[in-house]
Amino acid sequence: MKELLLIFISTVLINNLVLSYFLGICPFLGVSGRIESAFGMGMAVIFVMTLATSISWLIYHLILLPFGLFFLEYVVFILVIASLVQIVEMFIRKFSPALYQSLGIYLPLITTNCAILGVALFMVARNYKFLESVVFGFAAGLGFWLVLLIMAGIREELEYVEVPKVFKGASLTLITAGLLALIFMGFSGLISA
Amino acid sequence: MREIVKGLWDEHPIFRQLLGMCPTLAVTTSAINGLSMGLAVVFVLFFSSLVVSVMKKIVPHQVRIAIYTVIIATFVTIVDIFLKANFPQISRALGPYVPLIIVNCIILGRCEAFASKHSIGKSLRDALGMGIGFSWGLFLLGAIREIFGARTLLGIQILPQNYDRLIVMILPAGAFLVLGFLVAIMNQIEAKAKK
Repeated sequence: MKELLLIFISTVLINNLVLSYFLGICPFLGVSGRIESAFGMGMAVIFVMTLATSISWLIYHLILLPFGLFFLEYVVFILVIASLVQIVEMFIRKFSPALYQSLGIYLPLITTNCAILGVALFMVARNYKFLESVVFGFAAGLGFWLVLLIMAGIREELEYVEVPKVFKGASLTLITAGLLALIFMGFSGLISA
Repeated sequence: MREIVKGLWDEHPIFRQLLGMCPTLAVTTSAINGLSMGLAVVFVLFFSSLVVSVMKKIVPHQVRIAIYTVIIATFVTIVDIFLKANFPQISRALGPYVPLIIVNCIILGRCEAFASKHSIGKSLRDALGMGIGFSWGLFLLGAIREIFGARTLLGIQILPQNYDRLIVMILPAGAFLVLGFLVAIMNQIEAKAKK
């Protein structure tokens, strides 16, 4: 139990996916303009990431390892993610049109979100057990959601600020992310080795 | 010729289009890491563009993204195994960011936006241009971070020992800050050139 909690806290705050592993930077820069879209994207990522990590674990440990097919790891994982996104999209559209309205447009974007594949690869590299992998996937998604939301909040305010012309747009967003990463470094004191 | 040159500056993948950000920020703690990642991307981009361009007529439109991804994943697996066997040190330094080339938006982006619509020759030139553009961007970012963060460039000491290292440069935060300022500088150069 203690280990699960440790994985959870360190994944959400200390080793945040976006700010310390640079995963999912593209949606982080692209969808963080407005709070509503950031919220929707973040939720979709939490959902898909938890599922994708669990299913990748099962496939890796039950199929790839016993048959010695680990060189197929990347191809299989990316296929799992792409098809999972498709299935989730169809499923949500059928059973919850309201949820589809809010998450639907973000789902296809998730296939190319490197965070999902990254988490699956980290899960294998760190030899997590099944339950640890589920917690890890969920926590990583939650961390992404949190940072995306913070970023969107800051950027909505920044729109009213006058900045030098050359810094407008991507440049300012990157520098803001840098400052945010510095702030999140403060969390590293939470868990002492 | 135009296809090659545009990737080097006008449509530079990092500074202009802001594509492929994860490897850009993650592996550029030193110039050599940046350069090796750049070369790996050149290889994958070149051969994926070739295959996509050859197959453009027979790939059904609905499943094209899935097919492109599998093509890219195949070449990435080749690079990964090659690096592990011949350059284990670089392979360790780049870590999970080699397999993450699969989801590098530059590669899928060029396959989808260019190689699937143009002739083989044009696609290959486009891939080379974008790949080399990406590589020099990574090298520059890696060089700046290495010089100020570790006082060295390509492992050779160039700043004096009594110069205080800026540790933040090799931390994640430094990556964001340096890239942010580089983008601003590129904007400034571009604005000057227009006048």
